[in-house]
Amino acid sequence: MKTFPIIRVVTKILIPYILLFGCYVQFHGDYGPGGGFQAGVIFASGLILYGLVFGLDAVRTVAPPRVIEKLMSLGVLIFAGTGVLTMLLGGNFLDYDYLEHHVLPGILPTGQHLGLFLVELGVGVTVTAVMTMIFYAFAGRVQAKHVQAKQEPTP
Amino acid sequence: MTAIDVAILLFLAITAVTIARIRDLWAAVMFTGIYSFLSASWMLLLDAPDVSFTEAAVGAGISTVLMLSTLALTGTTEKASGAKFRPIPFMVVVLTGCMLIYGTLDMPQIGDPSDPIHIHPSPSFVERTQGDMHGLPNVVTAVLGSYRGYDTLGETTVVFTAGIAVLLILRRGKEEDSKTGGRPGSAAASGDNA
Repeated sequence: MKTFPIIRVVTKILIPYILLFGCYVQFHGDYGPGGGFQAGVIFASGLILYGLVFGLDAVRTVAPPRVIEKLMSLGVLIFAGTGVLTMLLGGNFLDYDYLEHHVLPGILPTGQHLGLFLVELGVGVTVTAVMTMIFYAFAGRVQAKHVQAKQEPTP
Repeated sequence: MTAIDVAILLFLAITAVTIARIRDLWAAVMFTGIYSFLSASWMLLLDAPDVSFTEAAVGAGISTVLMLSTLALTGTTEKASGAKFRPIPFMVVVLTGCMLIYGTLDMPQIGDPSDPIHIHPSPSFVERTQGDMHGLPNVVTAVLGSYRGYDTLGETTVVFTAGIAVLLILRRGKEEDSKTGGRPGSAAASGDNA
């Protein structure tokens, strides 16, 4: 893509705002429209845009497949872990009322708010990782096909 | 219905027919992207910004990219089906369409407070969230994350399982590993060039 300077420059300007908007949708989801799933796909589309313009290798350096793989399961773990945590604190599974605490009131979220925050974070992490990983899987195949096509005529 | 509603629905219909008729797959994928973007606008008009976000990012963005990478692996033209006019399928489609349109005549007005969906679960649901959630204003997040937390956990697990399945099918084992092993060196080399 080195031959399309306009696309490269515009993408470089856009990507920070896409990621910022992803964070906004994630962390403001308790107040406005949005939430984990929406934020996850917006964040992943930012990464995928970077991969489309600057190449698969570039985006793999930014978000290494090994890390993304682990994030896939980490998100589900955060979600289910919140449920187990409420059970350990004496409530039912995913009963966020038991997350009530009195550390820094008004600054740290507490109770239902904290529960929703953690759960949405889990959803966001899993969705981002899964979408990015699926893109890697597809794009990796395309890249491998091109490499094969280049190598075959030489021998 | 305002002029914008009519225009978007009309464009949706035109795009759908175009996708069905076009034989160039690359153009068809582009049209599905346009279709998704129009759906996102339509969802926004129906006051569902959450769905609109998702549709714009997944439908117009990610799935279009995935379809294009699939086309890069397969091919970009579809064989002509040698279609003749077949009366029986045509009749079935027309009849089904007529029945669906007849069914919409019984649908309630958009936003009517006496809709079944607004009455059925509990009319006080919206009022109750204020107390239960300690003043968090977004009822949608409260319902999805807290009242129906199990469902959302299930959905997240479905997304996770789908991701694992795609990786199991598409991943290329050892080759992939050796590639990622060689990555830092090649990245450093390209960095030197820049």
